[in-house]
Amino acid sequence: MSVAIQFDPIRLPPEAEALRGEVRQFLQDEIAAGTFDPQGGSRDNPEFSRKVGERGWIGITWPKKYGGQERSFLERYVINEEFLVARAPTRKHFTADRQSGPVLIKYASEEIKQDILPRIIKGEVSFCIGMSEPDSGSDLFAAKTKAERTDKGWLINGRKLWTSRAHESDYMIGLFRTSPSTTDNRRHGLSQFLVDMKTPGITCRPVLHPNGNYEFNEVTFDDALLPLDNLLGEADIAWKQATSELAYERSGSERFLETIQVLMELVDFIGENPDLREAEGLGRLVAQLHTLRRMSISVAGMLHAGKEPVLEASVVKDLGTVWEQALPSVARDLAAFVDRDPGNRVRFEEILSQNIIIAPKLTIQGGTTEILRGIVARGLGLR
Amino acid sequence: MDEAESLVRDAATRIFQDLGDPQTINNAENDAWRAPLWSALEEAGLSTAWVPDDLGGAGAGIGSGFAVLRVAGEFAAPLPLAETLLAGWLLAQGGIVMPGGTMSLAPTRRGDKISLVDGKLSGTARAVPFAAEVDHLAVLADDVVALVGTADCVCRDGRNLAGEVMNNVDFDGVTPLEMAPLPPGINAGSVNMMGAAVRSMQMAGALQSVLEIAVQYAEERVAFGRPIGKFQAVQQNLARLGEEAAAAIAIANSTAHTIEHLDSWDDDGVFLDVASAKIRVGEAAGQGSAIGHQAFGAIGFTQEHILHRFVQRLWSWRDDFDNEAVWAAELGRRAAAKGGAGLWHSLTAA
Repeated sequence: MSVAIQFDPIRLPPEAEALRGEVRQFLQDEIAAGTFDPQGGSRDNPEFSRKVGERGWIGITWPKKYGGQERSFLERYVINEEFLVARAPTRKHFTADRQSGPVLIKYASEEIKQDILPRIIKGEVSFCIGMSEPDSGSDLFAAKTKAERTDKGWLINGRKLWTSRAHESDYMIGLFRTSPSTTDNRRHGLSQFLVDMKTPGITCRPVLHPNGNYEFNEVTFDDALLPLDNLLGEADIAWKQATSELAYERSGSERFLETIQVLMELVDFIGENPDLREAEGLGRLVAQLHTLRRMSISVAGMLHAGKEPVLEASVVKDLGTVWEQALPSVARDLAAFVDRDPGNRVRFEEILSQNIIIAPKLTIQGGTTEILRGIVARGLGLR
Repeated sequence: MDEAESLVRDAATRIFQDLGDPQTINNAENDAWRAPLWSALEEAGLSTAWVPDDLGGAGAGIGSGFAVLRVAGEFAAPLPLAETLLAGWLLAQGGIVMPGGTMSLAPTRRGDKISLVDGKLSGTARAVPFAAEVDHLAVLADDVVALVGTADCVCRDGRNLAGEVMNNVDFDGVTPLEMAPLPPGINAGSVNMMGAAVRSMQMAGALQSVLEIAVQYAEERVAFGRPIGKFQAVQQNLARLGEEAAAAIAIANSTAHTIEHLDSWDDDGVFLDVASAKIRVGEAAGQGSAIGHQAFGAIGFTQEHILHRFVQRLWSWRDDFDNEAVWAAELGRRAAAKGGAGLWHSLTAA
């Protein structure tokens, strides 16, 4: 018996590293021009998204006929990580670029693709993901919101919950029930749809984060009518269509760089002459981060080579989110005895507070720790 | 892994399956397995992979040598194979011909220093693996590599956590059999890095085996009417073990790749990879061993079970060539000197 865990030693190619220089220059210029403030301001910044679009950095891997550049996934990797580290306000285009666009490319009608993809690429439209429901979070296949086929189109009724940014999104890719599940396959019966959020019958109600931030929504569908063409792929087999996306969604640097500002401020806070305790703690964090980055790039390279590292992607997300979640607490410990004033105390403490507050969500969104470990256990042959 | 590395890997795996199976060695009442296993490894050129042909080695290259080490870890090889590889690598840096037989190298700890004055060595090296058992030692003394007969040194009694011979070695007054100056860049720092990379790869292999035997056991062992691997609590534990093994494999592979392609040992990126490997794999060794034991319960906490062969070596290897705390302090000092933005730039430049 052999458990196949594979992490090829992959390095980003020269063209990706060349792009890194351009991206860093762009970010520096935009900060200087006041387009965004890395320390604050809205994460949703239409002007920034439009400028990124002008550069051709949204949908960079997509087909040229829709405005993409057919460049490699490893180049997208570099853009993504540099944006994350610079705390660039990518919220408007992030979801569309990472997963909604690729779903449309694979499953939408030509007409929809011609209409929407070029607008995503320009940074003009925003997507949300309609999966969770009041009685269906991790257990996605329990979703009840119904899509009923009528002569006029698909009639949607039900509720989605904890839908990030639904209120400021132009479109949703929603998971709706088109048939009951079957006794031998409880995953059967769900379908993916493109939803125009302006469709009559859709309302968003805010569900605030513990710190009062408005990101989550309850989205109610009350006889919302979608064009027949908006069914993505085939009816009832969304579970089959969704699996290949997961490796992309789970292995990216956003799965370990979400709280990275804490580490960078901590380094500046500790200063150039750390004591032994600070140095050792910092060294462990750097080793763990570097290992995660190597793993994530390895998965990116395997995806680029046409492999399907689903197990490896889940490993990266679990290790990565647990790490980025713990980072603020570890930093808090390491900073405890710093009595020098390195000049960024206020900023460090502010960033620390913000990240301690958001940390719990990191191991919940996009697949909880428990679900991911279940997938890893399945990969090991235990389920 | 390229084709040459796959061939080497297959050859090493076959030899260990035939002559170095952990269960067979664990059951053995004497050391009769030792000579045939070593001969097979030596005849296949696996112990001299890092020594060029013209110096009496197999000239298999850095990548192939690391492939051998991964397999050696997977079988918890209780022989000075890694040490002979390392010693051969160091001797080859000075152009010294391989003497054949088993070897180890010194020093293995930061802070230990061997000096050479008027053709004689002085100083003590702590925790030299297999020292008293091997034929020769490759010694880094100042900027010279020396080939030393073990019989000429004083080896203090000692064993590692796995019960393998490991000695503090006194070199005072020893005249080397051969000496050669080292090229620029090969010094205490780079020898320590090479040793740490070697141990990281062995540990990655051993963790992979702990994972495999634990998963297999969980599928077979029945409790409460079903295989224990069907219980979510056990599944989640083994998934964590799998993740730790994965992290270890990833960073050990990455480090081997970096060393295979390095231009200079002084490159900051080489240090980042090696330090990260020794730290992260060492952490994985600790966590992975604990989960492995938890999965096997009392059955795994016996001499007759092979689990200890892997776990005790993992615990020993993480201390060799400096442990994760020592590496972390140095990596942390370097990170602090760069500042926050500089740290990110150094990670992406590696």
